Amino acid sequence: MPDAAPQGGTSEGTGPGGPRRPSDAELVAGCRRGEESAWRALVERFSRYVYAIATRAYGLEEADAEDVFQEVFARTYENLDRLRSDEAIRPWIAQTTRRLAVDRLRGADREQPHEDTIETADPRDAIAELDEALSVHEALARMPERCGEILDRFFARDQSYRTLAEALGLPEGTIASRISRCLDRLREELGKIGHPMFVS
Amino acid sequence: MAPPAEHDEESLARLVAALPPAPPAWVEAAVSLPRARRDVERIVALAETDRAFRAAAIADLETAVRAAGYEPDRHLLEAIRERLEG
Repeated sequence: MPDAAPQGGTSEGTGPGGPRRPSDAELVAGCRRGEESAWRALVERFSRYVYAIATRAYGLEEADAEDVFQEVFARTYENLDRLRSDEAIRPWIAQTTRRLAVDRLRGADREQPHEDTIETADPRDAIAELDEALSVHEALARMPERCGEILDRFFARDQSYRTLAEALGLPEGTIASRISRCLDRLREELGKIGHPMFVS
Repeated sequence: MAPPAEHDEESLARLVAALPPAPPAWVEAAVSLPRARRDVERIVALAETDRAFRAAAIADLETAVRAAGYEPDRHLLEAIRERLEG
């Protein structure tokens, strides 16, 4: 399935260019009622976040990352009834991913102990950045006129001007200026919702 | 003083790039989890009530699952194996 829509985290509100995005709590409630569309939306909303924590913050290899990814969503599904608050799904998913990734790394160390442990950056710093990134992607999802899609394709999917132009049916020569304009809009959007980095 | 616009642009671009899409097959597997859970329950129930199916499943789980009308992906087979052996 193509994964074209940018995905974010907590959401409340109306996308200017599209239908209202359900909040995290509303998705959790929908999942609990057995709505498959709510479960799909929840997985799609957090899939990048879980993937990035496993691969970027903890540097898991692909096979381990896939196991962690599936286990996170399996546990999420199993524990929907036990969440303290429906709004708490995001931190719950982050914590579950962290725990499973650490378990996986410990398991790998036991299997292949090595003395010269490589010093790595603190995963908590990386996760803090991923939390911010999730908020930015949430703002992307609310942006009008394909801006979210343009920025997502260019920066997160690393697509070239040409690919982007072909996919969106736009003249290649206009892509750079559109990206710049969309970044301005994204900054405005983040300012509107009070993001600390972009409040003027 | 507000940060310069170029700094904003770089930060934004970095944050957008920080969340690339997960592999679509992983996402689809996670999305189909509720259905997969139901499939596991049905197949395990079949194995408990149908001795021939249970014997076939123990001999060759993948073939038995496919013959029963289910798509035997890795996660489904692992879950069934765990239940049958547990």
